[in-house]
Order: sequence, then C-alpha cells, then structure tokens
Amino acid sequence: MERYEPVLLPAVENLHRIDIYEAHGGYERIRKAFTMSPAKVIAEVKASGLRGRGGAAFPTGLKWSFMPAETDRPKYLCVNADESEPGSFKDRQILERNPHLLIEGILIAGWAMGIGTAYIYIRGEYESWARMVERALAEAHERGYIGARMRETFGTDYAIDIHVHRGAGAYICGEESSLMNSIEGLRPYPRIKPPFPAQRGLWGCPTTINNVETIANVPVIIERGAAWYASVGAEKQPGPILYGISGHVNRPGVYEFPTGMLLTELIYDVAGGVPGGKCIKMVIPGGTSMPPLRGDRIEGVRMDVESLKAVGCGIGTASLIVMDEDTDLLDVLTRIASFYWNESCGQCTPCREGTGWMFKILQRLQGGDGGPGDLDLLVSVAGNIEGNTVCALGEAAAWPVKYTIERFRSELEEHVRRHATKRSTGGPIRTLAGSETRIPISSQRENP
Amino acid sequence: MTVSNETVFTPEDLAAVEEIRKRYPTAQAALMGVLHLYTRRFGPITEKAIRHVAELLGLTPEDVLSVVTFYEMYHRPPARWNILVCTNVSCRLCGAGMVLETLRDVLGIGPGETTPDGLFAVQEAECLGSCGTAPMLSVNEEYHERLTPDAIRALIERLKPASPPDAWGGGSR
Ligand SMILES: Cc1cc2nc3c(=O)[nH]c(=O)nc-3n(C[C@H](O)[C@H](O)[C@H](O)COP(=O)(O)O)c2cc1C
Ligand code: SF4
Ligand code: FES
Repeated sequence: MERYEPVLLPAVENLHRIDIYEAHGGYERIRKAFTMSPAKVIAEVKASGLRGRGGAAFPTGLKWSFMPAETDRPKYLCVNADESEPGSFKDRQILERNPHLLIEGILIAGWAMGIGTAYIYIRGEYESWARMVERALAEAHERGYIGARMRETFGTDYAIDIHVHRGAGAYICGEESSLMNSIEGLRPYPRIKPPFPAQRGLWGCPTTINNVETIANVPVIIERGAAWYASVGAEKQPGPILYGISGHVNRPGVYEFPTGMLLTELIYDVAGGVPGGKCIKMVIPGGTSMPPLRGDRIEGVRMDVESLKAVGCGIGTASLIVMDEDTDLLDVLTRIASFYWNESCGQCTPCREGTGWMFKILQRLQGGDGGPGDLDLLVSVAGNIEGNTVCALGEAAAWPVKYTIERFRSELEEHVRRHATKRSTGGPIRTLAGSETRIPISSQRENP
Repeated sequence: MTVSNETVFTPEDLAAVEEIRKRYPTAQAALMGVLHLYTRRFGPITEKAIRHVAELLGLTPEDVLSVVTFYEMYHRPPARWNILVCTNVSCRLCGAGMVLETLRDVLGIGPGETTPDGLFAVQEAECLGSCGTAPMLSVNEEYHERLTPDAIRALIERLKPASPPDAWGGGSR
C-alpha cells in the first residue's frame, strides 16, 4: 500500500476549532479563490475531475456550470448531510472533525456560483453533529468569514449566509428534490425532473445540491490545483475519498485514501480482515442501495465508478459492508427490503406497493412458508419497480433484491428448499414505527 | 381557531421561533424547526399542537399535518428516555440482537414498548450512521456505540434515577 497523507481528515488534533484550523492554512483557500474569477473556479473544479460523493458520482464542476451566471433571482446551495444510506457513516466525520473545511468549501462554492444563501441539511438524529456545525458556524461568523462582515474581511462585494436545517427522521429527504421540499416546509415528496434544480430549485430559484464530502474536497482543489487532484487515485473518478468499512471486519471505521483502492486491500490491510479468518460471503460496496458482490469475486476489483461498473456494481457512498461465510443472506435481504418499504415516501405506486410486496415475500421465505416460485416473483416485482418511479429509491429498493438473487441463486434456492429458518441475528424483522403515518395506504400491509 | 392553553410557548421559545423564521424567505420553511422546538418542549405532536403551530406560522392545519405525519421524530413515544436500537445491516451483523436482548433483560420491554413508569421506551431504528461502531443505540439523540452487555447495563443504571416524564414536563400530552 502506498503512503497517503489524508487531506479531508488530516491527523491534526482539535482541527474542529477555528484557531487550529487557521493555523493549518484554514480560510486561506477562500482568499485564493477570491483572486480567481467565479468562472475560473468552476473551470478548476471541472478540470479536477471531482465527482459527487453523495451516491450518483455526478461531475461536480459540470453541475455547478448549470447554474445561470446572470439572473435576478436568488441562488441557493444545499449541502446534503442527510447521511441515512445504511452502511454510510462518513459525512459525520467531516461534521465532527473538520467542520471548517466544509464551511470553507461552501464559501468557495458560493463564490463560484454567485450564491447568497446555503443550507446544510443535517439528518434529525445527528443532533450532536448539528450542534458541532452550529458551533463552527458561530466561530466563523465571529471572525467575519461568513455573513455581511465577509465584505470587510475579504474586501469583496460577495457575501453568503449559511444555515443549518435539521431533518426529522426520513431517509427520502436525502434525495435532492425531496430535500428541497423538506426545507420549504412541504411534505417531502421527490419532485419530477426536469426541471432540474439549477433551473428551478428551492422556491423555484436556481439551486445546487452537493454532498458534504463533495464540498469538503473543494478547498483541497483550490489549494493544490486541479492537476494535483486529478493525479490522485482512479483516472475517471480521481481524488481523496472516505471509505466507510463495517460489518465483519476487525477494524471497522472511516478511512481516507485515494479512489480506486482494491477492495481486498481495504478489507484485509486497512480494516484488518475478517474476524476468525473466515471467508467473505458478500460485500456491499456502496451502501445498501448498490448491488452486492460475491465474496469470491472481489479479487482485483477497485473502488471507483468504472471498476465497479465492470462487475455490475456501483460506488454509491463508498461504504463497504462485509459479510462473512456464516451470514444468513435471507435475513440480510429481508432487513434491506424492510428498510426501503419503511422509507418509501408512497408517492408512486410501483415503489409504494412493490417495496411492500418484496418485504412480505421475503418475510414469508424467512418464515419457512415460501415456495419455489418466490425467488422469480421477487425478481419480477423488482423489475417492475426499476425505471418506473419518480426517484431513484425505486432502483435502490430493486437492485439489492434483484442482484442478490442473481448472484446467490443456488444458495437461496437451497434455503427455500430446506425451509430452513436459521435464527436471525437481530430478532424477527418487524415493521418500524413511523411507517403507518407515512403511508396510510391499507393495501400496503396486505399479503401479496 | 383557538390556541391551546395547554402548550404555549414561553417568550424565550417565541424568540427562538423568530430566529428560525429569519433563516428563510417563507414562514412555511420554518415549520420543521418549530416542530423540533415543540417536540423538545412538549413531546409528540398532537392535534392541538398542529393547530397551535399552524396559527403561529400563519399556515393551515393541513399544511402542518402533511409534514408532521411524514417524519418519524415527531412521533416518538412520550417517555423520559427514548432508546433507539439500530437493527439495520451493519448493526445486525455486529450484535443488534444482543442489544435488544440485554434491554429486554434489564428493562423488561421489547421494541415498541414503554416501561410502566414512563421512563424508558425502546424502538428499533434504521441505520443511524454508526455502522463502523456497531452495535449502537441512541438515547434522546445521544449516541452510545460499540456496545457490550455490561455497557448497556451501566447506561441504564445511569439513566434510572431521572425523574419520570410527568415531573419533567414531557408527559403533559
Ligand atoms: C433515496 C435517496 C437517498 C439519498 N440520500 C442521500 C444522502 O443521504 N446524502 C447525499 O449526499 N446524497 C443522497 N442522495 C443523492 C442526492 O439525491 C444527490 O444526488 C446528492 O446529494 C448530490 O450531491 P453530489 O453531487 O455532491 O454527490 C440520495 C438519493 C436518493 C435517491
Ligand atoms: S420512488 Fe418511492 S420514494 Fe421515490 S418518489 Fe416514488 S414512492 Fe417516493
Ligand atoms: S447499520 Fe446500524 S448505524 Fe448503520
């Protein structure tokens, strides 16, 4: 493993404090950005090759360039800190350990796109982290780095306000158009696209939505230059990235490395391998929304968009969930299905009904009451969700089911044949609180 | 429409509402912030609360209802300590079952239940962003990670002396 010096989460004690952050070059990058024209900043981010870290890996500079340069409407930035994808726990590290990097990134993004107001959307359960961000914002205010006093501090005409908006426990609010409705105080149903947020976003105004980690990369690009950034990691998706590794590994955690690391390197060298030296049955490389990989097929696979695409997978949030040879796949799959059923906003029929059906069929299989046709039924239901919904939660729900069955068919068939009900590790999977209030559709809870 | 006398914001609360409103171009956008404030002071959102908040922000009760019914956090049980146990995949692989069993052992309740004295409620939760420090639980949004049976027992012992919800004000609903 080559040596790598972290830049998003450097090993500096108390970096969350503004004095320490300043002592390590903090708020110098925004000064540098102010010497560049907004168009030049966008060009630099484009040239860096940075792609969004929120799941879809969309090129960030390109997204920024969609924002109209000349407009008399206000423009907005939403920073997505909803972080609710099962297996993902990386953005939280930035909020906790390097919040000023995020704030400085927002300042640079704001300057580049001419944005006057930014909202950091933090999931409701992250109350402690919302407080940490509020504290950092207060410090930055005090020093005149944000708000009206920016003009004196930096000697520019430009100023931006940054506010925290807290969610209240709904995974769908991480979807960008749902997030905007949530901020507006509307029921957070995802919006039909187009129009895209850069044309009609918050309150109908031009808006950009970026993930926390995406924005935290921006000061790094400005400081070290696009050429340096583009040279780090995988060619088609360069830069530093936070890998979250959880499940059956000896040293779970968030680790910063270049993109394109080998899965085996991450699991065995970085995370210390599997407890008891067991074999790996399955790895989900990007949060539960991504298709899982067979443990015996991870050799040579790298963590970047291209490499994972080649094996029928995606990088998502770069959150690896590792499962050893003894894992009950049916139990895991049922739990994943119950998650998407619980979190479906209920707006479109294929997702609202289909997620419920998949969950019920899987529960039936898990309870030993399933039939041999159930696996095909599941694949068929998943296929009817995919591509037929307003937002990508449909795919997120369909893929784990479809690809787990495709990739572990014989094991699951064997399971069904034996009517085996292995003891699940987390107790029976029950319906979770909140779902009844969110989806008041009676057919939702009937057996398919 | 009359405003409930049961749950009225203090002048301090109203100042906080004003602070929240200033962050947005519309009053409607302040809704979630105000609902958070409300739940922190009075517990789960009731019909009365919906009317009160609607009036406060100049919205219709339906505007408020359509938001309130969507989110899980506005409907937590009215217990002093709300325990959420993540049972999603990573936690499941690393001992979420042990956490639920230990809680059942020390509190005598399972997911969806509240202790008779109203001190503790246990709920299963979706991923709370602590997958790398699984298994975990949160108590009133405070995270406790890398749990062992002993750590859970010690935590519950620490929380037990708290006053019941009536004295705390959270049980007035
Ligand atoms: C159901 C669903 C949930 C999502 N949750 C998140 C999330 O929690 N955090 C996030 O940054 N992006 C999430 N996304 C992706 C966002 O819609 C959006 O693509 C992203 O925030 C854009 O930022 P980026 O370009 O910097 O990656 C989610 C998408 C979907 C469909
Ligand atoms: S796909 Fe599912 S979550 Fe997305 S809008 Fe449709 S019902 Fe809602
Ligand atoms: S799976 Fe439990 S915190 Fe993420």
